[in-house]
Amino acid sequence: MVHTWSSLISTLFLLLLCITGLPLIFHHEIDELLGYDPKPEIAQPGAVKRSVDEIARTALAHDPGRVLQYILWDKDEPNNIIAFTNSKVDGDPDAATLRAYDANTAKPLGPVGGGPMLIFLKLHVDMFAGQPGKLFLGAMGFLFLVAIVSGVVLYWPFTRRLRFGTLRDKSRRIAWFDWHNLLGAVTIAWALVVCATGVINTLAEVMLGQWKANELADMVKPYAGKPPPVHLASLDRTLENARKTAPDMNVSFVAFPGTPFTSSHHFAVFMRGDTPLTSRLLKPVLLDGETGDVSDARDLPLYLKALLVSQPLHFGDYGGMPLKIIWALLDIMTIVVIGSGLYLWVVKRRKHRSHAMAGQPSLQPSR
Amino acid sequence: MTDTRKSRSSGDWWTVYGGPLLIGVLSVAGLLSALLYEGVGRYFSWLALGAPVALTAWFYARRRKSKA
Repeated sequence: MVHTWSSLISTLFLLLLCITGLPLIFHHEIDELLGYDPKPEIAQPGAVKRSVDEIARTALAHDPGRVLQYILWDKDEPNNIIAFTNSKVDGDPDAATLRAYDANTAKPLGPVGGGPMLIFLKLHVDMFAGQPGKLFLGAMGFLFLVAIVSGVVLYWPFTRRLRFGTLRDKSRRIAWFDWHNLLGAVTIAWALVVCATGVINTLAEVMLGQWKANELADMVKPYAGKPPPVHLASLDRTLENARKTAPDMNVSFVAFPGTPFTSSHHFAVFMRGDTPLTSRLLKPVLLDGETGDVSDARDLPLYLKALLVSQPLHFGDYGGMPLKIIWALLDIMTIVVIGSGLYLWVVKRRKHRSHAMAGQPSLQPSR
Repeated sequence: MTDTRKSRSSGDWWTVYGGPLLIGVLSVAGLLSALLYEGVGRYFSWLALGAPVALTAWFYARRRKSKA
């Protein structure tokens, strides 16, 4: 009962998530192919990096009337700098414009993201329904976790007389029943991890709000009641100070004062390490928006670290192309588990309705 | 259903859950290895997470062969 209903309610949405998730595994490759992932020019020998202030000015000139929200350094393409502009610092994330700039020439390289992959992403993340849509999909993901766990319990009575990997073809129903069990059994750990990390990701905004209300509020206490900075400090100076505070780390991105990732007075420079794990564990350095001096730097709380580490485990983007291909195959196998589960339920219902039991081998738990 | 003390022929705990459990442990090890160890961890993750796919293919091939 638990298995049937937790699966049925979440089935349609899980199919949507699995199907939209499939191309998203390769979104870097697809974006590159379609021209939504601009690449910097090959750097001339001895090329000198332009000042970040210059790149910020170029970005603002490119989108007049807008303000900068974030500047991000591409992890895989160090010469790729991505500027986020929006109508105001705390503007709607969907209204942000992302453009890439070359770190050595400050030349605009083109828009980042957008295109068909953005549609898949929106369907996958919130079905174009904003935060409620996101939390709803989180709830569906949680139901799917319940379905997986209840499936483990049911696995015993249904397969105790069968050898692991049995694939019979007595009837269509039994064939799909065996595939449901086999694919469900071999993908279970992966499915649990990808589903659980997906559910954690739906809570990202909630966790960020928690951090701002507690840890961040505590860090910026001395600034309480002060008006937002009028003239922003030099970005180069600000970044220099942040690097001195975390000398063995690199800049991941800088959040401008008033954006969701920082206070209204501070630049927040998020630093990252250089291993697959430490590159996810960001460390924020808060710097005065007017002077660029360091105000405070503290590690993120455990729940935000958990969120950051859960992301690669959901995306499958941390082990090269072979891991992405395996991710896609496991995703397809999960689609078959969900599809065959739905089929088995429909067939069972039809059989109960018609009472035409004769001659059909039944799929009852064996005692 | 909770009676696990039946004879071997009607299935015991290990024959039912052993295979899936081993694959599960291997999968989790693969998921973590690429995150924690560059290089070697990456190669291990391909093998460990490729195992469920390979095993499924093997079961499928075995059935086809036994039918022929």
